[in-house]
Amino acid sequence: MERVPILKIGDILLVSIQLDMSDQTAVALQEDLAERIVATGCHGVIIDITALDIVDSFVGRMLSTIASISKVLDAETVVVGMRPAVAITLVELGLSLNGIRTALNVERGMELIAAARADELDYQLDDDPDAETATP
Amino acid sequence: MTAGIDLGHPQAQAIRSDEDVVRVRQLVRGVAVAVKLSLVDQTKVVTAASELARNTLVYGGGGTVEVATVDNGRRRGVRIVFADSGPGIPDLDLAFTDGYTTGGGLGLGLSGARRLVDEFEIETSPETGTRITVTKWSR
Repeated sequence: MERVPILKIGDILLVSIQLDMSDQTAVALQEDLAERIVATGCHGVIIDITALDIVDSFVGRMLSTIASISKVLDAETVVVGMRPAVAITLVELGLSLNGIRTALNVERGMELIAAARADELDYQLDDDPDAETATP
Repeated sequence: MTAGIDLGHPQAQAIRSDEDVVRVRQLVRGVAVAVKLSLVDQTKVVTAASELARNTLVYGGGGTVEVATVDNGRRRGVRIVFADSGPGIPDLDLAFTDGYTTGGGLGLGLSGARRLVDEFEIETSPETGTRITVTKWSR
């Protein structure tokens, strides 16, 4: 079985799917990613599907599952590079890709992750009782 | 005689494993390109074929697929026949309901595939298994 490589770039894991995945390969990617998130402590996952010419319900479910797993492991997932024809087909198929953030390309995906991370840190600061007294 | 895909002559592929589902996608894509389906229609028919091939494998216990080109005088298209000798589908109305599944999937395969093609026929019984024929026409 072929495996999809996972690259670490700074605080982000980048997965660029370059092959027509069998269902087994898709499931293996899910497991590999969960392990890499924990092993590296990365807070962002970018899945680049530019090269995928279809996303069927199995791959769609895999993307949703990866997003859920990474959230539990304190990482944000962004799916980037979806082709227009794939987006049209997904909607007609009835797949809503719940809980998945998307961006047009890897660069915007990285910005989205950085912004989400900053928001989260702000939120944690807001919870600080000292910060609350400053704004009565 | 042109090289490459033999138009009009059905191409068969067994569906016995995950890798065969990938081969079905590639086979359907080749024919869809050959009959000049638009990019969106290629994507739709390949996605539908992927769903149905997986159903043949998971629910039908494996089977075969035949992909052929069709011509109605005005338009050309791709016709795909999925056949298995599995247990059949006891309640078709239920099986076509979005979100209904007996296999742990999303329950979108059958209903979603029907939305993605122009013609969809299904014959199913416990004796003969399930046979699904779908057609996508060029615009």
